[in-house]
Amino acid sequence: MNKKLQQALMDRLVAMADDEVILGHRDSEWTGHAPILEEDIAIANLAQDEIGHAIIWYELAEPFTGNDADSMAYFRDARQFRNVQMVELPNHDWAFTMLRHYLYDAYELALLTRLVESKFEALAKAAEKVRNEEVYHFRHTSDWVERLGLGTEESNTRMQRALDHLWPYALQLFRPMPLDDTLIEADYFPELGELRSAWEQVVIPHLEKSDLKVPDAEPIYAHRHHHTEHLVDLLADMQMVARSLPDAVW
Amino acid sequence: MSTQTPHLTEEQIWNALRQVMDPEIPVVSLVELGVVRSVETDGQRVTVTMTPTFSGCPALIVMQQLVADKVKELGAAEVDVKMVLDPPWSSDWITPEAREKLRAFGLAPPPVHGGDLQIKLNPRVTCPRCGSDNVTIKNRFGSTLCRAIYYCNDCQDAFEQFKPL
Repeated sequence: MNKKLQQALMDRLVAMADDEVILGHRDSEWTGHAPILEEDIAIANLAQDEIGHAIIWYELAEPFTGNDADSMAYFRDARQFRNVQMVELPNHDWAFTMLRHYLYDAYELALLTRLVESKFEALAKAAEKVRNEEVYHFRHTSDWVERLGLGTEESNTRMQRALDHLWPYALQLFRPMPLDDTLIEADYFPELGELRSAWEQVVIPHLEKSDLKVPDAEPIYAHRHHHTEHLVDLLADMQMVARSLPDAVW
Repeated sequence: MSTQTPHLTEEQIWNALRQVMDPEIPVVSLVELGVVRSVETDGQRVTVTMTPTFSGCPALIVMQQLVADKVKELGAAEVDVKMVLDPPWSSDWITPEAREKLRAFGLAPPPVHGGDLQIKLNPRVTCPRCGSDNVTIKNRFGSTLCRAIYYCNDCQDAFEQFKPL
């Protein structure tokens, strides 16, 4: 593998891992606070799964980054993270949390379905493992979108508000990273335009069926190294224990 | 007296590992669950290859430690426990005997799905206590990553299912 391809692959794997670990952390903030006990259990599971998946991607990137999963998650600063802004936004209400997760799960499932065919074999194998688990997330959050969209006037209003807010952020998932062409040429990673239309074919009908209007909004088209101020606060929480006791073992 | 390292056979190691129970489901062994994939030894050094059920399972580190400790007890000079993701673990690998043990433990065993997504998402589940299939899913997620929560409408009690994967 030449240097440029290595760099491109590392950038993508770290971006995938960062998306998962940040979303997983936001999920974990609901532990003990979810609206009903069943959901408290479910979202704790989602958090654990996403963080587990982050470890898989960080470890695949380890030969290139030279860092293990813990160093990547706990000892980098906000400007070094490559997650999309959508996953770092604060949780707001349950509608916002579930809708964000749904938009992300649909993207991830479409991505994994393509990565199973990746010519980078280790990535293809890991994608197959992760996809088997993600199916449960997608099913769960799809149900919530429908339940709240078709629920009461209040729940529909909250979902629509969340969708208006989140839709432009979701589109950032489809902004190519600088070296993506190298990955696509090597058949390591799918082309994002095609991924976006596959994603839209899944989410738009489901949102409409759930009585929600997809906004006609300009995408938030930031690069993945640009973040909102919320990431700094999130990392302060997430990294506090690891940074105060860097050699702790438990 | 000189302490000689015994010459271990793969069969001895497999037999020992059959006694290592899942830390979260102490009635079934890691071998019966299909988590232990292979055992290799030259008689002194041992390599055990394992695969996670769910990749975020927090019991993974404990499982690796239990396996390493068990093999060391046999007198192995060196033990290496590797984790692989390929092929991805399938609940179809749980042995028929282990499925019965799960049921007796109060966990509905996962259906054999052969990769069919519809069977995975809409499994036919029977209550592990009374055998009724008049059950309702309450939560696709449960107290551990590998469990879902159901309610039996006949014996009117909640139970957990080992999720198909």
